Amino acid sequence: MSDFAAPRANSIEEGYLELMRKKRLYGGLTLLIFVLLMVSGFLLADSRNAGGFWDGLSHLLDFPSSVLSEASEKISLLPGIMWKVLPLLIETLNIAAVSTLVGGLAAVVLALLSTRGLAPWPWAIPFFRRCMDLMRAFPEIVIALVLIFILGGGPVPAMIAIAFHTSGALGKLFSEVAENADLKPVEGLSSVGASWMQRMWLGVLPQVMPNWMSYALLRFEINIRASAILGFVGSGGIGYELKIAMQWGQGRYDEVVAIFIVLFLTIVLVDQISSHLRQRLVKGS
Amino acid sequence: MQSAAAQAILPEVTRQFSRKRLFAFGSVVAVLGYLVYVFFAFDILGLNERARWDNANVLVADFWSYKTHVVRQNRTGDIKIAIEGENKGTWPEGKSPDWVERQGDRVEIDLGEGHRVFYEGKTDALYRFPGYGDILLGMEGRRVKLTTPDGQIPDWINASNTRVAITTDQGRLTFTRAKTEVFHYEPGWELFFFTLDSPFYGRSFGELVGLAFSSERVVPERSNIGAMWHDFWHNKMWHHAEVFGAIFETVLMAFLGTMTAALVALPMAFMAATNFSPFMLVRQFFRRIFDFARGVDALIWTIVLSRAFGPGPMTGALAIALTDSGSFGKMFSEALENVDNKQIDGVSSTGAHPLQRYRFGVIPQVMPVLLSQILYYLESNTRSATIIGAITGGGIGLLITQAMYTQKDWEEVCYYIILIVLMVMAMDSFSGWLRRKLIKGKESGLA
Repeated sequence: MSDFAAPRANSIEEGYLELMRKKRLYGGLTLLIFVLLMVSGFLLADSRNAGGFWDGLSHLLDFPSSVLSEASEKISLLPGIMWKVLPLLIETLNIAAVSTLVGGLAAVVLALLSTRGLAPWPWAIPFFRRCMDLMRAFPEIVIALVLIFILGGGPVPAMIAIAFHTSGALGKLFSEVAENADLKPVEGLSSVGASWMQRMWLGVLPQVMPNWMSYALLRFEINIRASAILGFVGSGGIGYELKIAMQWGQGRYDEVVAIFIVLFLTIVLVDQISSHLRQRLVKGS
Repeated sequence: MQSAAAQAILPEVTRQFSRKRLFAFGSVVAVLGYLVYVFFAFDILGLNERARWDNANVLVADFWSYKTHVVRQNRTGDIKIAIEGENKGTWPEGKSPDWVERQGDRVEIDLGEGHRVFYEGKTDALYRFPGYGDILLGMEGRRVKLTTPDGQIPDWINASNTRVAITTDQGRLTFTRAKTEVFHYEPGWELFFFTLDSPFYGRSFGELVGLAFSSERVVPERSNIGAMWHDFWHNKMWHHAEVFGAIFETVLMAFLGTMTAALVALPMAFMAATNFSPFMLVRQFFRRIFDFARGVDALIWTIVLSRAFGPGPMTGALAIALTDSGSFGKMFSEALENVDNKQIDGVSSTGAHPLQRYRFGVIPQVMPVLLSQILYYLESNTRSATIIGAITGGGIGLLITQAMYTQKDWEEVCYYIILIVLMVMAMDSFSGWLRRKLIKGKESGLA
């Protein structure tokens, strides 16, 4: 028996080494292609940029230092400015909150309509899925700018734009959660003659709610950032004020710093609260 | 016995139920109350007054149709026919669309459904409205003279001494002392493939295919296919070459930004993970760096960076890289904290040095998780790159915001929107495909 084992072990070893060589070759090739892509990509991006990379690197701190030096001269004014921009910050937060709420509610409907086993019309599942893909693919800025043209400035265009995107993004996540839900309560409910609404409300929602809430909170964090950016590009909230202060330039850098600080603190604070809540939600389930 | 036990817990259960019900009711009331507050804070009632529904009409009409201007200078009698009134879309002298007929200084414009406009002489014009009659327009001294068949002015005619505008479903005529102008609407996107100066304009698809395979050259210096491609790609109205260049720039921004962030974040994540970095201070330092990079947010990074590097794709890529290195660092270090130590022990039992331990003990475990996160971010960053491009001035984001701020070329906006959505969906399915392929490959490799 040992006579047979030795050549077999040899051939296995050879095969293994052959496989390893191949694997290493492929790995090396992939790495090479990746490095080439990165290098050529950066060279191309650098050549299409208005200012060069190395040139810009030396000026990287010019703007922050001029902003900070102006702000430090007027440091006593900062709390007052922060107080002044507080209503705008609340508007930005409101945009994020409402769009998360409205988008989340739409996402619940879309998710239930596109989950196998729960959908009232199973033949329409692919249709609702494509709808969500399309809604996710629309960048918020596109919808917001079109709506600003029609509805005028203010928070509403940004709110609708973010809500639209949110319902697509959350709908997909919600539907993935709902797919893993236990169907036994649903079957039990349908055996006693519950309607579709009752089956979802009493059979599915209690199971998926913690995870859904956790995703919605995460989305709220993302939406605060989105709402600040949309304000900068379009209108509404603290982003718009930031844009005006930036366009004004020197002389209003104290306001720029105040907005930066307020925005930074808000984002960090909301991140902390929401990650704490999310941990409790998921652990609690 | 059982019923006694049930009796015993009944009050507790009932209380819990009523508390839950109260909580559910309370949260619904809170949400509704918040929405009512926002309803007033956002001034939804005033929205209808501020909304410009005529803008919406212009936008929707522009999305799927285009207009051709037929303009006569009333002083000289010169006629110019131009698509969207642009120089680039002007019909060459002696050529005209088939709904315009010219005989000397007499021009007949067929707007369809029996609506016709006639230009006669230098200043006379006539609008024939079927079922209503002929509306005559002319100059009387320095004033514009309007004559309707019944002597009344219907509400679709807007008339003053200096200007008359007739707006119907078929088109629009404006008459002033200086010029007479007719807008004729047609469905579609004008000159999308070839502009009027191209020899391929106005040919049917069959003709074009025939020409493509014919050896007789339309343009002497190029083959027919090459000339067609050249005329399409360098279309002066739609600038396909620039648009696709911008799309490429946006994808480039997303790719470079995401990959740079991942490369920067990976070594830093080791320093922030509890099981790889023994010193609390070092860990805290790197974690605070991640928090800072995420907290500052793409908006602020973009503003600061664009001051230093100027507009362009490099700035956008760096902004994405900075923001995401924070997110990646946090996620990677969490993934590293969840690795199984048995594999690392196994590798080190063979006498591997630390670098080999990482390479063979850690990386294979976390790679699927990291890759799937990177690919997920790549897709989402394609969308972010559009917005960041709008701020820094690069890629398709710049083109679309420029087209929107001018508020006239909405068909171009529609074109860009379609391209952006297709780009994002393509990146979505590409990253999904790659994720399935790489991670499945890894799993089967392990098994």
